[in-house]
Amino acid sequence: MADTQTLREWLLTETPTSRRHAKMSALYQGWLSFRSNTMAMVGLGILVALVFIAAAAPLIAPHDPYVQDLGNRLAPLGSEGHIFGTDSLGRDILSRLIYGARITLYIVALVALIAPIAGLLVGTVSGYVGGWTDTVLMRITDIFLAFPRLVLALAFVAALGAGIENAVLAISLTAWPPYARIARAETLTIRSSDYISAIKLQGAGALRIITKHIWPLCISSLIVRVTLDMAGIILAAAGLGFLGLGAQPPSPEWGAMISEGRRFILDHWWVATMPGLAIFTVSLAFNLLGDGLRDVLDPKAGE
Amino acid sequence: MSMLSVQNLNVWFGSNRDRVDAVIGASFDIPRGESFGLVGESGSGKSTILRAITGLAPDWSGTITVDGQQIGKVRPKTFFKTVQMVFQDPYASLHPRHSVDQVLGETLHLHGFKDIDSRVVKLLDDVGLGQKFRFRYPHQLSGGQRQRVAIARALAPEPALLLLDEPTSALDVSVQAEILNLLADLRADRDLTYLMVSHDLSVVGHMCDRLAVMKDGEIVEVLDVEALRAMNAAHPYSKQLLEASV
Amino acid sequence: MMTKLLDVENLWVKFPTRQGVFDAVRGVSFTLGRERLGIVGESGSGKSMTGRAILRLIRPPGIVEADQIALDGVDLMGKSEKDMRAVRGQRISMVMQDPKFSLNPVMTIGDQIMEAYRLHSKASKSEAYAKSLEMLEAVSIRNPERVMRAYPHEMSGGMGQRIMIAMMLIPNPEILIADEPTSALDVSVQRQVLDIMDRLVKERGMGLIFISHDLNLVADFCDRVLIMYAGRIVEVCDADKLHEAQHPYTRGLLNSLPRLDAPRKRLEVLQRDPEWSTAPSVSGRI
Repeated sequence: MADTQTLREWLLTETPTSRRHAKMSALYQGWLSFRSNTMAMVGLGILVALVFIAAAAPLIAPHDPYVQDLGNRLAPLGSEGHIFGTDSLGRDILSRLIYGARITLYIVALVALIAPIAGLLVGTVSGYVGGWTDTVLMRITDIFLAFPRLVLALAFVAALGAGIENAVLAISLTAWPPYARIARAETLTIRSSDYISAIKLQGAGALRIITKHIWPLCISSLIVRVTLDMAGIILAAAGLGFLGLGAQPPSPEWGAMISEGRRFILDHWWVATMPGLAIFTVSLAFNLLGDGLRDVLDPKAGE
Repeated sequence: MSMLSVQNLNVWFGSNRDRVDAVIGASFDIPRGESFGLVGESGSGKSTILRAITGLAPDWSGTITVDGQQIGKVRPKTFFKTVQMVFQDPYASLHPRHSVDQVLGETLHLHGFKDIDSRVVKLLDDVGLGQKFRFRYPHQLSGGQRQRVAIARALAPEPALLLLDEPTSALDVSVQAEILNLLADLRADRDLTYLMVSHDLSVVGHMCDRLAVMKDGEIVEVLDVEALRAMNAAHPYSKQLLEASV
Repeated sequence: MMTKLLDVENLWVKFPTRQGVFDAVRGVSFTLGRERLGIVGESGSGKSMTGRAILRLIRPPGIVEADQIALDGVDLMGKSEKDMRAVRGQRISMVMQDPKFSLNPVMTIGDQIMEAYRLHSKASKSEAYAKSLEMLEAVSIRNPERVMRAYPHEMSGGMGQRIMIAMMLIPNPEILIADEPTSALDVSVQRQVLDIMDRLVKERGMGLIFISHDLNLVADFCDRVLIMYAGRIVEVCDADKLHEAQHPYTRGLLNSLPRLDAPRKRLEVLQRDPEWSTAPSVSGRI
């Protein structure tokens, strides 16, 4: 029966034969849509390369990122053994960029886990329950939205000391409110639909409705928003690193590298520019990915 | 034996100055096994009565008695085993991310059934959909097929009273015939009681035994279907509706 | 011999999809004189696409092909987009289903009607105002000054549709295409709107293409009827002879409707013959 069918036909079928079949078919068709968007594929390619580079850092980096060579400070691009040159302490810039990718990914992953999930929880509960709960939760959201990110980070540093984790905490605390707003707006629209009324008529409680019916519909717009925000988050982390509030020396965090290279920008421009280009590329990649995902996941665009 | 009894029902939205009275002083009685129609134009309050009965419209006063039990502000779980509803728009009444199997499975689970798999298979057969529709998502189904799934969902808890909110008005003419036949068959097989809302007098004339005509929130007349077919209405508004639909 | 206002020959509308090319309209041909022509079909029959194709409202990737779409003898297929803009509204107009979606919600009704008028004539503001009032009175709106100042959401469905008709008829077109104009209206209002359309079409000697899914309504209102199925015309007949229709699809549609005056235990269910979609289109040309 399924022997003569190719895998592609099986995945594009109109009549799935099991739950797994149906889910895989849906995923495959989404992938086909995504694949037709060249720019989105470029973004995805860059990010896949980033993950690979970070994972294989010990294998691909030509030098140890912490080893100093004061005799070979500020070597220009294309120097022997140092394609991207060296920084003010003679450390190889390329190796530091490669190891710095790990830190960037770490920050991105942490914030991407904390902020949208917190926002989803607050937003959906607020939108579904309404009344006083809604008012209180939304005012709390407004309070967090009013905090300037860098000031909050400074406060954290003063209280808890500098470091990547505190930087991540500061960024997450100011990043979750927009997700709460999006989730709430979606919930308000969904809550009056017939399919929600129908499940209420089966005796479903608020918890089931929120987790099984509302969340699956909010998740698409949240995913898109997260990828589009990634650029901002990376830049925020870099900014904190630049101010010395994030990763501490000798950590090869890209923002801290820009800060260190700032003094030499006129004569030895590559020390600050190379990490800057890395940040630019990764931010752009996230933006392109987000655009592509939105075209695939946004139900209105699809129908 | 009365299946549904509504006495002096008032339903309103908003409060004080913004209050809109959608249903005013509605009263009717449906004996077991009967098919009762509610006709009226848009804004007459007919769909609102259904929502008040199921608890989807919170502000109401009057008495609603289902199968001998009077309904209060909160509906007990047993209520939903007795009363179920089929919605108007087949494109909006199924969750876009849930397959047919999930929709029916969840319903059966919520009502405490254990043999979910076999019941899903039987429900799909009962509404004329085969097994090949079981794992499809709503966007892979036509309007008529979606409405059949909605009917299957409503039948899952084995209710005695089915509320039908314009079940075929969003469907093509040929599909409407299939769904109306299905509903008639199900009613005969399971001895169901129907409360059907429609703006289409010929559909109500085909499906119902008696009907109430509504205008601006009030029931102006209750007729037998024979009187309807004979164009024998007493109230001037009913006469008007009859003339316009022929 | 009736003047031929519109002559459509072998119209095809195609949409490329991931699964191949989908033909929404397949080889449709018909002529329209100073008469009321009904196009009846279910969803997916291609009736709305036909109306839109005539006005070239179908954008790429949709493909429209025809031997000719001739308006008063001049083929529209050969016209540039700029020339088509002069045709749309001015010579062929379209009224759509739901005035909630076809009237601009942020402009007053007066502004919209005057805009429609001034787009196709060099009238001054005061001339346009006077003409708009005249048109609103022609569609039986009793307080036209008040309506001119109002916004669309303040109007009921029936009034909104009458305003659409006023707006579409102000430039005095030769042909009006009405795409399900009364489907979103209450039964009591439908008759009123249809009467107004009927009167205006007769007074101005226009041709009317009435697209609908409601077979009985079209039979009542139109002179000739084209029945479409799966993109093809399966039958053409005079409206008063509709109940003697030959084609099994038409008969099936007629028999599957519940009727107050002919009660039955079960409604006849249409048995679709695949031959209906493969057989060639019946020509509606006179």
